[in-house]
Amino acid sequence: MKKGNISKEYIILVVIVIATVGIFLIYPQKSALFEKNFFNYLVQMLEIFPAVMVLSGLLKVFVSKDIVGKYLGKTSGFRGLIIAVLLGTLPEGPLYIAFPLVEELREKGAKVSNLIIFMSAWACIKIPQELVELQFLGLKFMALRLTLTIIFVIIMGLIAEKIYEGTAKSTV
Amino acid sequence: MKVSSTTIIINAFALLFLILAFIKDKRKSKEALKVALKSFLNILPTTIMIIFAIGYLLTFIPPSAISKFVGEQAGFGGTIAVSLLGAVLFIPSVISFPLAGSLLQSGASVTSVAAFITTLTMIGFVTLPLEIKILGKKFAALRNGFSYIVALLISFLMGVILR
Repeated sequence: MKKGNISKEYIILVVIVIATVGIFLIYPQKSALFEKNFFNYLVQMLEIFPAVMVLSGLLKVFVSKDIVGKYLGKTSGFRGLIIAVLLGTLPEGPLYIAFPLVEELREKGAKVSNLIIFMSAWACIKIPQELVELQFLGLKFMALRLTLTIIFVIIMGLIAEKIYEGTAKSTV
Repeated sequence: MKVSSTTIIINAFALLFLILAFIKDKRKSKEALKVALKSFLNILPTTIMIIFAIGYLLTFIPPSAISKFVGEQAGFGGTIAVSLLGAVLFIPSVISFPLAGSLLQSGASVTSVAAFITTLTMIGFVTLPLEIKILGKKFAALRNGFSYIVALLISFLMGVILR
């Protein structure tokens, strides 16, 4: 399935390149600006992409879901909240692969707040991701968004747990 | 060509971890490099497509138009629209940052750009049915609902602080 997708994407890419050549034959006065912007972003991307991929490859291979689950299941208190954030930043891959792990931990009695914090951190506080943000949006933007995200995700986890447990008796 | 200090830091960071990994476990580290190469080739065509889109955006769409829809002038409505777009779209976050950067460069507001990235990463509209199936309606609704509110709060605070 993957191989087919990739060759399809390359075909689309070739079509885009041909279309682009056509467009700038029609608008030659714009081609310098396009070239400047295109190569500016291409270079910025290629400068960091191998590094970002190596980091996420390392995380994928070295951080197993079992280890993360083992630590997350046991945590509680304020320390637990921080650990949930930290554990969420480690595994690689899209959020939906965390769903079964979270379900399993909930069955085993892990706190809902920690699980929601863990999922949020998994979704939006990834080390490789933060580095790409640093490259394209700058240190100030990245650092501020990271700080606010950590604060709000913890608050959100705590409130969501209260609501979740408040309604648990009536539905279960 | 000038290489920015950010680029150097990012590459040094990756190299450091790679060296540490090789010291810890050679076999696993080699596997990690293979995984890295595979995901690089996987994501490369999509990345180049996005860069084409950025090139067109910065060449043909005047900053005044972008600013009108997602800039300071667009205000609250613009941010809400962008945040909903972020929640529905399903693009790898790594590719969304250059796109966000180009929008910021061409007149979008900090609030809108932050809202777009934050909802994009936190909320999965496409994967919501799966989340409900595995984790239950209540859990999924609470997580996604709160994530949306939190994403807006973060973006508005960023807009205020980075003005």
